[in-house]
Amino acid sequence: MAKMYLLNNIFLNAADLQTLQDSFLPLMRGVLYYTVPLTLISFFIGLLLAVITALFRISGVKLLSGIARVYVSIIRGTPLLVQLFIVFYGLGNLGIEFLKFDPFVGALIALSLNTGAYASEIIRASILSIDKGQWEAAESIGMSYLQSLKRVILPQATRVSIPPLSNSFIGLVKETSLASTILVAEMFRKAQEIVATTYQPLLIYMEVAAIYWVICFILSLIQDQIEARLNRYVK
Amino acid sequence: MLSMTNISKKFGDLEVLKDISINVDQGKVIVVIGPSGSGKTTLLRCLNVLEQPERGEVSIDDQTIDFSQKVTKPEIRELRKQTGMVFQNYNLFPHLTVIQNIMEGPVTVQKVDKAEAREVAIRLLEKVGLGDKADVYPYQLSGGQQQRVGIARAMAIDPKVMLFDEPTSALDPELIGEVLQVMKDLAQEGMTMVVVTHEMSFAKDVADEVVFMDGGYIVERGSPTEVFENPQQDRTKRFLNLLQH
Repeated sequence: MAKMYLLNNIFLNAADLQTLQDSFLPLMRGVLYYTVPLTLISFFIGLLLAVITALFRISGVKLLSGIARVYVSIIRGTPLLVQLFIVFYGLGNLGIEFLKFDPFVGALIALSLNTGAYASEIIRASILSIDKGQWEAAESIGMSYLQSLKRVILPQATRVSIPPLSNSFIGLVKETSLASTILVAEMFRKAQEIVATTYQPLLIYMEVAAIYWVICFILSLIQDQIEARLNRYVK
Repeated sequence: MLSMTNISKKFGDLEVLKDISINVDQGKVIVVIGPSGSGKTTLLRCLNVLEQPERGEVSIDDQTIDFSQKVTKPEIRELRKQTGMVFQNYNLFPHLTVIQNIMEGPVTVQKVDKAEAREVAIRLLEKVGLGDKADVYPYQLSGGQQQRVGIARAMAIDPKVMLFDEPTSALDPELIGEVLQVMKDLAQEGMTMVVVTHEMSFAKDVADEVVFMDGGYIVERGSPTEVFENPQQDRTKRFLNLLQH
């Protein structure tokens, strides 16, 4: 009897297919309106933060590298979920209008800060991986620090950083699901709403998992393309 | 034209240059020889301030930097624009093609028009015998070819002095000749050069002055004939003897 029940639940019947079909569009709306923008915008801002933080860290100026260290330590030392709650519920409860964020903006802030901290270590490691002779060659033709960085070091560091940054990016796609906890109507929150009316958790959450996987698979194909392009100058 | 006066340089507690003075006249080639750890590479690197000495002066033409004062970055950059540096490991920019490597200094630093920089780069490439390699990446070249690109890149900023830091030490023996030939051509055209090298035949053929360094001191200096045929100091004799075996 129990066996029959399990089989009935694993194999899809016509009603299941209908549920999948009905839920697909709402879920994709969550992807297109929230999951994708949230990922792209917070990755972009996070990357900017990461470059600045990495440059602070290696600047040799105690104050700047201190700021960078504290930032990275706080973000890496606390869960993203807690960060989301602090930004949205915590700051929102202070009674200051300016700090009452819309759920989407709150999620953007927390995800950007989080990405920035982790990616800064990737960028820093990539910069440090470039041979010291490259700095010297750049300086020997008269380049300033910023010129050397922009023309010689960062282009090479970019190549080194693509695999680990892709990891961060793909991780971020999935971390946006945590924004469901602060009421952002991204895919996972949509899924929870659908489950509440259809009572089909296995089916719907499997569908959600499949959509996340397809997105990440496409991203890893793009990663391969970028790597191939940046590898053109190495043996 | 180029001079280094009373230069002292320490790495931590280790004094690698002890009150060194040299003088290079316009169009002359000075070759610095000596055992490893003698300070010869550091001497060269002080000339374009890749290493900053604690004391002493470096001057090129009418620009003088006094290292006992505070030295500013623009001053250092100004000095570097007058010197071309060739590195032991070439240090070409791997992400740029050969011609982009050569154009980088003129275009990014000196703000020369791209088309003009390209013409200069092509001329320099032909001069080092690599006219057909403009659009390849450095990894596609042999060591000797890479080093010739390194020379062209350094020449592209139109320096008053060329500095060579053991330019053939990383090369397979059969590739050394082509690089030395380019350097000889440069010397014949009247380029002022300071060369740190282990190639004694180059020193004998091309140098106007040979400087022998050991332990951070200049032990002996003179014309190639004086230093090689008739060295006065025991340390020089020992070093030259070792090379013959």
